[in-house]
Amino acid sequence: MYTEKVMEHFQNPRNVGEIENASGVGTVGNAKCGDIMRIYLDIDENQRIKDCKFKTFGCGAAVATSSMATELVIGKTVEEALKVTNQAVMEALDGLPPVKVHCSLLAEEAIHAALWDYAQKNHLEFDGLVQPKSDIHEDEESQDY
Amino acid sequence: MIYLDNAATTKTAKEVVDAMIPYFTEFYGNPSSVYSFATKSRQGITDAREVIAKHLSVASSDIYFTGSGTEANNWAIKATCDAMVQKGKHIISTKIEHHAILHTLEYMEKKGFEVTYLNVDEYGLISLEELKSAIKEDTILISIMFANNEIGTIQPIKEIGEIAKQHGILFHTDAVQAFGQIPIDVNECHIDMLSASAHKLNGPKGIGFLYIKKGVKIRSFIHGGSQERARRAGTENVPSIVGFSVACERAFRLMEEKTKKELELRDYLIKRILEEVPYAKLNGHPIKRLPNNVNISFEFVEGESVLIMLDMKGICASSGSACTSGSLDPSHVLLAIGLPHEKAHGSLRLSVCEENTMEEMEEVVQSVKAIIQRLREMSPLYEDFIKKNSK
Repeated sequence: MYTEKVMEHFQNPRNVGEIENASGVGTVGNAKCGDIMRIYLDIDENQRIKDCKFKTFGCGAAVATSSMATELVIGKTVEEALKVTNQAVMEALDGLPPVKVHCSLLAEEAIHAALWDYAQKNHLEFDGLVQPKSDIHEDEESQDY
Repeated sequence: MIYLDNAATTKTAKEVVDAMIPYFTEFYGNPSSVYSFATKSRQGITDAREVIAKHLSVASSDIYFTGSGTEANNWAIKATCDAMVQKGKHIISTKIEHHAILHTLEYMEKKGFEVTYLNVDEYGLISLEELKSAIKEDTILISIMFANNEIGTIQPIKEIGEIAKQHGILFHTDAVQAFGQIPIDVNECHIDMLSASAHKLNGPKGIGFLYIKKGVKIRSFIHGGSQERARRAGTENVPSIVGFSVACERAFRLMEEKTKKELELRDYLIKRILEEVPYAKLNGHPIKRLPNNVNISFEFVEGESVLIMLDMKGICASSGSACTSGSLDPSHVLLAIGLPHEKAHGSLRLSVCEENTMEEMEEVVQSVKAIIQRLREMSPLYEDFIKKNSK
């Protein structure tokens, strides 16, 4: 069902974890649908992404797209990172089954949500960066836990 | 490989395959043909029907072979609606039926029939009181599964049958998961129609039957030739029918021994996993459950990830997560027993068989523990939970 690349990233996900005092954090998706992605960014004074970590609740594709997205944005400037699309994530994974395309969209959204958080904290504006639709704030998260 | 998906399908038993082969290679005649060569094929069907009828304590003329359990379910519902439309258009079923029933009922709703889907409690049991109060003047059919395929809960079939009989309503039960696994008394339970499938009891795939009690006047569902006493057209799948009867005979012969072994494996798995993995919960009834079924929800993880990781360790299992169902919603059964979506996404079904060993169970427990821990370490839900608790 999945490409070798997807399986490889699922088995050995890159950059799993948290960043303390991150420059930006974004969480997208919802537990109801079975996918939640959280991205942490460490961005230096030149607006370059020094580090990126993720945590994901979801299927194999959700984990693999998160992992690939972190690899694609590390080392890029904020403006460059904004150009990393879900298409780029999918291509880097040698494709996804049609029912899993939404996972790549979620990965793109998670990066944008973390960048949005960074921009808000620093009172910055970037072309193409808008408030993410499905961003989840801490107090809105599932009440069950 | 450790195969723990026996509720999905089972290995075809060697004695079953051996019995089937001559009906491919030697006795391949069409049972409807006149010449004596076809007698052997015809006899194979007759004998098979008798074996199955005997184990169900019914008349052999009441067993009709179908292409699957799904076909038997479709036939029972659609043909009952057809035959009874003058009397009424109301059907009672449950929220936890297999899709072969639920999607057929949805189809009948589009055709103008009304369906009451009974609720189930946290263990997956229906309420007899709710059933009684759901009965209306125009109720024509009660269709309730014998045992659930996902969580293994066994319904109070005898009591349901008595209620149906008192009200003069036809009672159908989807016994695909139960037939050959647990004792079924069709007469005591007042069952009018019963669906079963061979591949759940070490028989071949692509063969099922519908038991239709004498006097239940439902008509043909598949039209054509006059096979199955003109009630189910199509040249009989002779090898599979023979295979089904051998599988049936085998299942009843070994039932006591199989059940004993399966219960041992099942209860060991449940006990170990619940003891050793935190934030895990058994789904389904602790006692009124199929001997081979384990279904556990793990909080903060998603089922497909668990399945892929188990697969990498050579363990075959299934899950009620959305990603494994091909839709956005997790299993309707898990939602019906009251699980919130996120817990339903993290469910794991392990269905054992008598060939599994305690060594395998030990390996499965260790694998499940490690996998759940690993997935939780990368779960934002778990991260939030831990942070909240440490505050």
